[in-house]
Amino acid sequence: MRIKNAIYMDYQSTTPLDPVAKAAMLPFMEDKFGNPHSSSHRFGWEAEAAVDVARGQVASVLDVDPAHLFFTSGATESNNMAIKGLALGHLQRPGTIITLASEHSCVLESVRAAQTFGHVPEIVPIQPNGLVDLGALEAALTTDVFLVSVMAVNNEIGTIQPLEKIASLLKPRGILLHCDAAQAYGKVPVDTLAQHCDLISLSAHKIYGPKGIGALYVSAEAQRHMSPHMSGGGQEGHLRSGTLAPALCAGFGAAAQIAAEKLEGEQTRAQRHFEMLLAGLDAMPGDYVLNGCADTRLKSNVNVSFHGTDSARLMANVRRLAVSSGAACASAKEGPSYVLEALGVPPALAEASLRIGTGRFTDDSQVSDALGYIEDALAKSRKRSWSQ
Amino acid sequence: MGKELIYLDYAATAPLAETAKTAMADGFALVGNPSSVHRAGRAARDAISKVREQLAAALGTTPGQVVFTSGGTEANALALTQVPQSKRYVSAIEHEAVLSWTLPAYHLPVTAHGIIDLEGAQARLSSWEPGLVSLMLVNNATGIIQPVTALAEIAHAHGHLVHCDGVQAFGKVPIDIATLGADFLTVSAHKIGGPKGIGALIVKDGFALTALLQGGGQERRRRPGTENVLGILGFGGALEAIGDYAGSAHYDALQASIETHVGAAHVAGSASSRVPHILSVRMAGVKNQLQLMRFDLAGLCVSAGSACSSGKVAGNHVLEVMGLGESAEEYIRLSFGPSTTSRHIAQFLSVWDDIRASQKAAA
Repeated sequence: MRIKNAIYMDYQSTTPLDPVAKAAMLPFMEDKFGNPHSSSHRFGWEAEAAVDVARGQVASVLDVDPAHLFFTSGATESNNMAIKGLALGHLQRPGTIITLASEHSCVLESVRAAQTFGHVPEIVPIQPNGLVDLGALEAALTTDVFLVSVMAVNNEIGTIQPLEKIASLLKPRGILLHCDAAQAYGKVPVDTLAQHCDLISLSAHKIYGPKGIGALYVSAEAQRHMSPHMSGGGQEGHLRSGTLAPALCAGFGAAAQIAAEKLEGEQTRAQRHFEMLLAGLDAMPGDYVLNGCADTRLKSNVNVSFHGTDSARLMANVRRLAVSSGAACASAKEGPSYVLEALGVPPALAEASLRIGTGRFTDDSQVSDALGYIEDALAKSRKRSWSQ
Repeated sequence: MGKELIYLDYAATAPLAETAKTAMADGFALVGNPSSVHRAGRAARDAISKVREQLAAALGTTPGQVVFTSGGTEANALALTQVPQSKRYVSAIEHEAVLSWTLPAYHLPVTAHGIIDLEGAQARLSSWEPGLVSLMLVNNATGIIQPVTALAEIAHAHGHLVHCDGVQAFGKVPIDIATLGADFLTVSAHKIGGPKGIGALIVKDGFALTALLQGGGQERRRRPGTENVLGILGFGGALEAIGDYAGSAHYDALQASIETHVGAAHVAGSASSRVPHILSVRMAGVKNQLQLMRFDLAGLCVSAGSACSSGKVAGNHVLEVMGLGESAEEYIRLSFGPSTTSRHIAQFLSVWDDIRASQKAAA
């Protein structure tokens, strides 16, 4: 996809709305405008039915009972709802909540916020390849741990965590596992995720659905221990009150269904573009490193650090390529990414990083052009840094 | 089907205004994440900023005071959680999205006219520890306008913060935040022709808001999470046509025709100052669940209270507080918007008569 002459390669940040998802939203912006919680007339029933259909579509990709899936305003809210909901539910028995150093900021901060409820936050380091250090995790599993939160696919470096192995450490100890699957859902197979995880956070806008909607899967067991996140009218099983937006739900549902249908083809495309990008980068003068494990990763994520330049120079010179130097929500933040820091990437190198994200609308010619832009940008920014 | 449906449940939600649809159609072309620094991201951010300015101007405040949320419920939660539960003092007729965060011992008294009892409130607020006082501007069940400015003066004099749930008032009565006197104001888009899933909390200048959600730096760290770009644009579009909701002789006439027909005694809080868009009316001797079925069969969409957890009739607490508890189950709520015509009301009243006649015959 090209926007105003720039190639969009920031698919981890957000994705363009799929035309099918858009079409699914339109009726709810026209005559089907009812409040899905209006129980006394057709406008309400029609809207409620649409929400139910969407809930089924989203749940189907996870292969879970739709009754356990709750809509939220997005993955940030889902992650907050999962972690703080359980932290509140455990007020009487203060314990430890564990997460990894490379998690999304909303998970890390929610875990830290659990301190205000008397819990102990424990941040476990990761391996230099971005994968969980299972030994370190197991060593941290003291008897008072009641929740572990690990993301399925890392938003910055794309590494895929071994949730089945993590679950096998937690299940015998009766510890709940929450998984932020915002970057995994619809991009890698997730139909067995709920066998390992008790709570799963999802986002629509990462899978070509609209912004402003996400969901949280909550197992029956987890729900028993959870406190409501948002009280009020009692919508979403009293866990999350507030009027649902049928247009957003329908867009999410359609996007989920398409993502599942296109999963195999997308994985093939991502693999091809991953190889093209690495081959192109290999052929350029100067050194670079691929951040995160090369194999156990989402192939649509190519996060690389370049020697001999820095982020500001690099970004200034790749204006025709819409990429990021890290997570979008941290874009305005100064300094190197904490995720790369957690991998042990030296700060100077981490500062000169690009997250190149390919997606459904990326084609071979865009990848070739992107490589050209990167090569030019590197030449310019390195020349400037050498001449100084 | 095929029969025309008459929608008289605007207080639950409203159809999108044409201006909102247009704004959202433009919004579909915005691809970027507003937090991204590249051009696609900046375009989305600029579009959001414009709506922030628009909303601030509509309420007499500045863009920095606007925090976008997922809707009224979240905005209310954000305001109320600024103080501990035992310091939240709210009127007994608030929406569940406010009441549910509070303890009944700290509810402020309401008169039989459905208006906050200012003297009773003052007595309590002067003795309670400084906290946060919350009063809605327009009640969602009765349409009664609350004296927020007067209560805010009392509350401030005793060191309390003041929150106002303006969800049902926004657009229907003029709101200037300085005149209102509230430190926090909740507004929602979907009651005034904007999309569902978007609202805002207006926060007084200089107040260090504690975020409800943890995460990224969006909304100046006051509300993390990728912004609902389409929703915000739709909200902006709705603001362009918000005048269609303003109180007018047309709305007054709609309400007057109902009140004249059913009798003032059967309109909850008829003697109180109300917006003409919302009213609860009683059909004596006929349960509202039966009325709703009959109205639905006749193509009239009305409700028995707020549209919240399905099945449950919420909003009864308002009628109970007003001393109408015994007949609360005989009230239905009607609410109007820009597309409501006098013909719609005539049709409603004709069906009303039919239902009443058939119930009398059956009795």
